[in-house]
Amino acid sequence: MSDEQAVVCEGLRYSFGDTVAVDSLDLSVVSGEVFGLLGPNGAGKTTAIRCVTTLLPVPPGTVRVFGRDAATERMAVRRLLGYVPQQLSADSGLTARENVALFARVFDVPRRERRERVAQALDAVGLTDAADRMAGTYSGGMVRRLELAQALVSAPRLLILDEPTIGLDPIARTGVWEHIMAVRAATGMTVLVTTHYMDEADQYCDRVALMHQGRVRALGTPESLRADLRARRADGSAPTLEDVFREVAGSGLVEDGGEFRDVRRTRSTATRVG
Amino acid sequence: MCAVELQKLRHDRTELYTRAIQPALWLLIFGETFTRIRAIPTGGVPYIDYLAPGIIAQSAMFIAIFYGIQIIWERDSGVLTKLLVTPTPRAALVTGKAFAAGIKALIQAVVVIVIAALLGVAMTWNPLRLLGVAAAVIFGSAFFACLSVTIAGIVLTRDRLMGIGQAITMPLFFGSNALYPVAVMPDWLRAVSAVNPLSYQVDALRGLLLGTPAHLPLDFAVLVLAAGAGITAASSLLGRLAR
Ligand SMILES: Nc1ncnc2c1ncn2[C@@H]1O[C@H](COP(=O)(O)OP(=O)(O)O)[C@@H](O)[C@H]1O
Ligand SMILES: [Mg+2]
Repeated sequence: MSDEQAVVCEGLRYSFGDTVAVDSLDLSVVSGEVFGLLGPNGAGKTTAIRCVTTLLPVPPGTVRVFGRDAATERMAVRRLLGYVPQQLSADSGLTARENVALFARVFDVPRRERRERVAQALDAVGLTDAADRMAGTYSGGMVRRLELAQALVSAPRLLILDEPTIGLDPIARTGVWEHIMAVRAATGMTVLVTTHYMDEADQYCDRVALMHQGRVRALGTPESLRADLRARRADGSAPTLEDVFREVAGSGLVEDGGEFRDVRRTRSTATRVG
Repeated sequence: MCAVELQKLRHDRTELYTRAIQPALWLLIFGETFTRIRAIPTGGVPYIDYLAPGIIAQSAMFIAIFYGIQIIWERDSGVLTKLLVTPTPRAALVTGKAFAAGIKALIQAVVVIVIAALLGVAMTWNPLRLLGVAAAVIFGSAFFACLSVTIAGIVLTRDRLMGIGQAITMPLFFGSNALYPVAVMPDWLRAVSAVNPLSYQVDALRGLLLGTPAHLPLDFAVLVLAAGAGITAASSLLGRLAR
């Protein structure tokens, strides 16, 4: 693993009106790692991600992706990214192959290579057999894998996944993660992923940042975070990442973690998946 | 971009069929009735002939003006979000979508022309003129689709866009020469018609299909400029939808 920085955020802050969604966020993702941004609904994960993807302006603070500034070099940043948003974003009116081919085209994959690259991307996520079915007939886990193929067809250096397993059943969740890990092993790309499932992060992420109310409350490898808490508790118990999170977030986790709109958004995603 | 929209159309054609109903009714009921009444001075052509180009333009506009709803749907579903994170410029995305809307409108126009021909409207079959007709339909629809996307970029929600769409379609339709000549309009309506791209589209279609006197260079200049302005406005507001 080289020491090159894939993503650097410094003093990033973003507000929707009076709601401060992301508050002085400092973060760095090392090239080649799987970095997890964790936190409950409403923590500001999606907002932070959308600043990195150039969808939102970066008013105070800077965001750099492989050294390129997300505010001033948007096109250069977009070329480096594969992005899977929180919603299920495959076009249900197209076949899987057409969905992936669209992204080969908008990412300027040379015409001669397109067919081949589209087929490879579909193969990498295990959808070759279902490639000519309409995406509208896919199950939630298949749609996620299709979106993964869409993001991979441009061979990005940084793959950004926003809640890739939200609303999926356990088997589909494992399936999605296995494909992510296989692709990462094959290409060495950097993965920035958000989730509120602590167990997944523990299992698959090299490093995690625990985010709450727009701020990072803890940062490190899942093992080191657990080991630190274990040392602090000194009662011989084996804490999980979730315990770590409870401790750093302090009180107020249940009461103000996630507002109505977050719940609604999460539910509607879940409904579409289900 | 354009190709993708057409792929979708190939997968699901029902919308093409259902959309043919309304223009057919206009021609059949309004057209036949007013041909009999002879209330509208059309310069010698039967009223139903006069009306046919107007209905082609109207039905194309009615589709295009709600195009923004699809954009908002794509925003909500994340399809648009993802496209906005690609190196493809916004203007290219909007142009593709606008011309896809134009081609859908063109298919619709073919249906209306066939219906009109069945009702005995005497139209040209000169291929060059038909090519002109196609261009007028595509540019006009591209403009209205971009207008719709621009409004979507301002109001941001589906309900508000529906409301505004419904509020402006009828004024655009009645404030044009689609149903009656400019000559019979009161002055204020003439002013509306003079700034309404629909009027220029109808004028071009009428001139090309029926051979009535028209101002083709002016008509096409207005349509192309309007489409260009629409694409510029829509692409500069597209990013707002992803906030
Ligand atoms: N488009 C928006 N308009 C207004 N407030 C928003 C918008 N998007 C997110 N928020 C608010 O910003 C905060 C962080 O949201 P988000 O980044 O979506 O959190 P997460 O992805 O961690 O669930 C929440 O309080 C949410 O209500
Ligand atoms: Mg989120």
